[in-house]
Amino acid sequence: MLAHAIFFYVFSIIAVISAIMVTVSKNTVHSVFFLILDFISISCLFIMIGAEFLGMIMLIVYVGAVAVLFLFVVMMLNVAQQKNQWFNSESTTSSHIPVGLIISTIIFFELIIVVGGWKYKPELSNPNTTQSSNEISNTHSLGQVLYTDYIHIFQISGMILLIAMIGAIVLTYRRREGVKTQSYLKQISRERSEGIEVLEVQSNKGVKIDD
Amino acid sequence: MTEIGLGHYLTLGAVIFSIGVIGIFLNRKNIIVILMSIELILLAVNINLVSFSIYLGDLTGQVFTLFILTVAAAEAAIGLAIIVVYYRNAGTIRVEEIDKLKG
Repeated sequence: MLAHAIFFYVFSIIAVISAIMVTVSKNTVHSVFFLILDFISISCLFIMIGAEFLGMIMLIVYVGAVAVLFLFVVMMLNVAQQKNQWFNSESTTSSHIPVGLIISTIIFFELIIVVGGWKYKPELSNPNTTQSSNEISNTHSLGQVLYTDYIHIFQISGMILLIAMIGAIVLTYRRREGVKTQSYLKQISRERSEGIEVLEVQSNKGVKIDD
Repeated sequence: MTEIGLGHYLTLGAVIFSIGVIGIFLNRKNIIVILMSIELILLAVNINLVSFSIYLGDLTGQVFTLFILTVAAAEAAIGLAIIVVYYRNAGTIRVEEIDKLKG
């Protein structure tokens, strides 16, 4: 139990500090790196609490795909020279800061009140009551539920991913003028009759081609 | 102190959620950091769902965490595509310069 507490505090402190650094960091690339650190520590917490499938999926999806996508976009767009107008004094943006602080502290205390008002049942205080009692692993049980009871929502989430992919491609696709590209249709549908031409070559005269 | 219960995880989720809200409000740099703050908020929601799922012994929370993961990935892809298109058209993604709608 002590090891659980130590790991929880280590990972959660790392997660909170890196979440703060995501919002405060001067450089956007550093923000992405802190976001990756945050995801990794939270997925360590998930693995530790017993949801190992979600922890691994979190590593793959967030760190492997989403954060790298962020990194690509940050490096593609030229945001290096516009780094850091945090607390800049020449514009009116500093008036947003107290509002944001007030609203986020209110939200935080509301959440704390909700948590504090929760009447814990006594059997809730020890984790893994149902997970490790039987021999079925987390991934196995999740798959048993996901592919039977939630199969429609699962397929709808697949449709959401498809629509997101199509939308991203449609949004960022542009046809540029003057770019020489290969036309497969033109290549395949080429006929013999338009490709070659049989000429009668007369002696001592030669043939002029490509005129 | 050494007994880690449900409340600890919920508090962690609340802290990360609040940091995400702070990030949305305080950010004056570019809109990518706002998207990252939204990711932080979704992460806090995931923490809540997973901890409730573990401590209540119900797998539904973890299933819905998977769906939230899906929606977050789709949202990040679409949002970043919109940002790329906007940068291509307007040349900036500074938050205070995105005022075409005069909102």
